[in-house]
Amino acid sequence: MKKVKVLNQICIELHHMIINHPLLGPRDAAEFVYLGDASLINRPDASGDNAAQTFYQYLYLRDNPAGEHKELWYHEQGDRSWLVVTRNTLTHEISNVEMARDVARAAGGST
Amino acid sequence: MRYSALNILKEGLTGNKGWQPAWREPEPKKNYDIIIVGGGGHGLATAYYLAKEHGLSNIAVLEKGWLGGGNIGRNTTIVRSNYLLPGNQPFYELSMKLWENLEQDFNYNAMVSQRGILNLCHSDPQRDAFARRGNGMLMSGADAELLDQDGVRAMCPFLDFDNARFPIKGGLLQKRGGTVRHDAVAWGYARGADERGVDIIQNCEVTGFDINNGVCTGVQTSRGNIKANKVAVCVAGSSSRVMAQAGMRLPIESHVLQAFVTEGLKPTIPGVITFGAGHFYVSQSDKGGLVFGGDIDGYNTYAQRGNLPVVEDVCEGGMAIMPMIGRARLLRTWGGLMDMSMDGSPFIDKTHVDGLFFNGGWCYGGFKATPASGWCYAHLLATGNPHETATQMRLDRFERGHMTDEKGQGAQPNLH
Repeated sequence: MKKVKVLNQICIELHHMIINHPLLGPRDAAEFVYLGDASLINRPDASGDNAAQTFYQYLYLRDNPAGEHKELWYHEQGDRSWLVVTRNTLTHEISNVEMARDVARAAGGST
Repeated sequence: MRYSALNILKEGLTGNKGWQPAWREPEPKKNYDIIIVGGGGHGLATAYYLAKEHGLSNIAVLEKGWLGGGNIGRNTTIVRSNYLLPGNQPFYELSMKLWENLEQDFNYNAMVSQRGILNLCHSDPQRDAFARRGNGMLMSGADAELLDQDGVRAMCPFLDFDNARFPIKGGLLQKRGGTVRHDAVAWGYARGADERGVDIIQNCEVTGFDINNGVCTGVQTSRGNIKANKVAVCVAGSSSRVMAQAGMRLPIESHVLQAFVTEGLKPTIPGVITFGAGHFYVSQSDKGGLVFGGDIDGYNTYAQRGNLPVVEDVCEGGMAIMPMIGRARLLRTWGGLMDMSMDGSPFIDKTHVDGLFFNGGWCYGGFKATPASGWCYAHLLATGNPHETATQMRLDRFERGHMTDEKGQGAQPNLH
């Protein structure tokens, strides 16, 4: 019994990412579509003087860190909400899950 | 170290005590003309061609771990030049020509096997797209043949031609494509570079760059500071981490690609076969194992291991075209880190820092590019100008709006 428990734990840690959805509880990451770095929420000002440069950086450049990473996941096979997941890219451990709209509002966004 | 049949016989009879190391283990010098960061396939090929084609030898290759321990040691060994766009295809055809002469060139058995690569198509529009791709390949000097269903059936009678969802309508065949013994590529280039005077320094991690007034003058390493006129980074999979030490953000995300090998089987799969309606590719190694892979997992990671949903997806792809492999048992799986770029194409370029060069962004297609990547990077380092087949592999192409996007997916690295 103990052996099975350990194996289960290994399976979960090594091969499954479970996203703890703020509204729906723990869901398999396979239900989601991955977009990328959560900085994509912070769209630059299109009327700024250097908009071409800021949009180039926004659209194409990434920090791509080894360690903690805030990223956007879309619950396509669920409630179709966007989540901001804080996940460690070295261990796949998920430390925080927030609704993307809450993150955007807290940052002063209009949505 | 040289090898011959006589040598093997003699050593076999005398306890194999006379073999010498294939390359030296030198201490790092205080300065070099060129430092290559990364002792993988591309870095070693670059050192080899710098020495052999450009006559330079005051070169060091710095490797954090052991030589050839990254993606050159963990791939599905496929070589091909079946790209479409003019910014890519001539480069990959150069690579294919270098593969064809590689063993003679560095006098090492890399088991280059041109057993052919067959891309299956499953609909009429896909066949049209393959005809276009084949024409693009022919225009670059590569070979390409469009097969109808009977042509594919003659080659691979075991495929599920009448699959209800994805019937096999034909295929695009490149006979010159095939497989290469991946480790031997690293070893052959390493030996060839070493004997021409290149210092290959293992267990030497670069921890920073010396950059003053926009000029790179050397690197800090776990084995002391080393000066250099030129520093050439070549660490695909970890490009963002290394270039961050030079203050650069790259148009790259790191993702994991899984690959799989079954137990050894009798010869059954003639070359490389790829599924056209999902992502699955398979070949059979000389030991008999089926070597196969599919999509990347699709999220940023440096963990070098993937998750089960993608394993299932890859296996479903395999079962859709060749149900017979369902009886094969999996022997091992592994994951490697990919530099996924914003348009699916690589970089071989200078940076905005004088004396600092960058090679990376190979997505999951770096192995086949190894010879041409080394050739073109060496050309850039020696002459200051991009090689004629790599003029579009520039870091600033996104800023200029000149992407080389084979799949037309846009700035979404996990879709390339």
